[in-house]
Amino acid sequence: MTVDTAKPLLRAEGVSKFFGRQVGCREVSFDLHPGEVLGIVGESGSGKTTLLNCLSAQLEPTSGRVLYDTRVEGLQDVYRMSEASRRLLIRTDWGIVRQNPRDGLRMGVSAGANVGERLMAVGARHYGHIRAEATDWLARVEIDPERVDDPPATFSGGMQQRVQLARNLVTRPRLVFMDEPTGGLDVSVQARLLDLLRGLVTDLGLSAVVVTHDLAVTRLLAHRLVVMKGGAVVETGLTDQVLDDPQHPYSQLLVSSILQP
Amino acid sequence: MPEPMIAVRGLRKSFTLHNQGGAVLRVLGGVDFEVAAGECLVLHGPSGAGKSTLLRSLYANYLPQAGEIRVRHDGAWVDMATAPPHRVLDVRRRTLGWVSQFLRVVPRVPAIDVVAEPLRGLGASPDEARARSGDLLARLRIPERLWRLAPSTFSGGEQQRVNLARSFVHPYPVLLLDEPTASLDVANRETVMDLIEEAKARGAAVVGIFHDAEVRARVGTRLYEMAEAVGGEAVA
Repeated sequence: MTVDTAKPLLRAEGVSKFFGRQVGCREVSFDLHPGEVLGIVGESGSGKTTLLNCLSAQLEPTSGRVLYDTRVEGLQDVYRMSEASRRLLIRTDWGIVRQNPRDGLRMGVSAGANVGERLMAVGARHYGHIRAEATDWLARVEIDPERVDDPPATFSGGMQQRVQLARNLVTRPRLVFMDEPTGGLDVSVQARLLDLLRGLVTDLGLSAVVVTHDLAVTRLLAHRLVVMKGGAVVETGLTDQVLDDPQHPYSQLLVSSILQP
Repeated sequence: MPEPMIAVRGLRKSFTLHNQGGAVLRVLGGVDFEVAAGECLVLHGPSGAGKSTLLRSLYANYLPQAGEIRVRHDGAWVDMATAPPHRVLDVRRRTLGWVSQFLRVVPRVPAIDVVAEPLRGLGASPDEARARSGDLLARLRIPERLWRLAPSTFSGGEQQRVNLARSFVHPYPVLLLDEPTASLDVANRETVMDLIEEAKARGAAVVGIFHDAEVRARVGTRLYEMAEAVGGEAVA
């Protein structure tokens, strides 16, 4: 899909978050363009998830701005828009895939309802259409149609993660935020999920910000990388450049520490 | 002389190994050359001269310390050394093809879809992309029964041919080839030489590393001689 890549979809301007005197993330700036996948890598405690939460309107930064190219009004500060506009944005134009599917799903209602619910939130009312669309998306993430009426509580972790993805993608978002989307999954499921995500990026022009500590995943999924250490960005660049020719001592250490299967 | 498609000036590249006592390896010290449409420039020199480093720098896979790497993209120059990431990605998507020695793909994806992916990224329909990919796989003698299988189980030579098909499936105006005929048998080596000749005939500028003297002699237009770790000079 051809998309206009001249204008950024998401812009971080000097985003910092402090928890008291503790640094969450510090002075992070970048542009994300339509159709791009940005990987955020670093060790536990490096501020990856804090940054992701700031970017996805979940955690207001102490300073700096997060701007998003809204469909109607162009670039808008996501923390300055009305609560209603922000909620609408999160429900329609964005997807937020949590590390733990239990945080992103309603475990007691059926898988189909979990997916259909997001469609209803954007105004779909026809039960037959909602069910068909939900079943279609569950099939795309390889959930057996027979299981559509079962609650996610009865699913394995990998299946739950795929239901969460379907729930987020059913409204055709332009931007998806993901925290360790393949963490804790079997490698065979991980490969399937990566292929699915790549296809969506190619076919729908989807953009994504993905937090992960798995550099092999970033090579296959992300166009660009941000390497974080102690809350600060120590290096950014094209994924293959950062992995094959890392510049910062910390990135070099990170890359040289990967186990080769 | 036809218009240059690539122009490299004052390219310097060294590696600083921060975790190994800060050792500095100076690999390229002032590389200058141009490659015109329809030409194939052969990077030539002993092992360790920096041929792969130069090729990777042209693709913006390695980050040079100084110099320009201009590539003609949509009729205008883009400096791969300084362009913003989304611009470099656009150049790679539409203008600059790359054959590496290794196939790095998502596991479990069928070979035909691995080959078709660059076309899908350029907006081709799944059917059209698969049809063109199948033509190329057939030409490179990958039996049709393997097309639906993931290449991770293929032999080294088969993987290399899938990799080649992926890079030749779109008529890139500029091609960078790192040992494209290594690990191929005679018949397939012949096919790859034909593909390179055809690319030149349609006006592609090619930069390549070829260890095989016969391949070099047949597809090369000029040699760029590289001595050990000090850049090099163009030889007519």
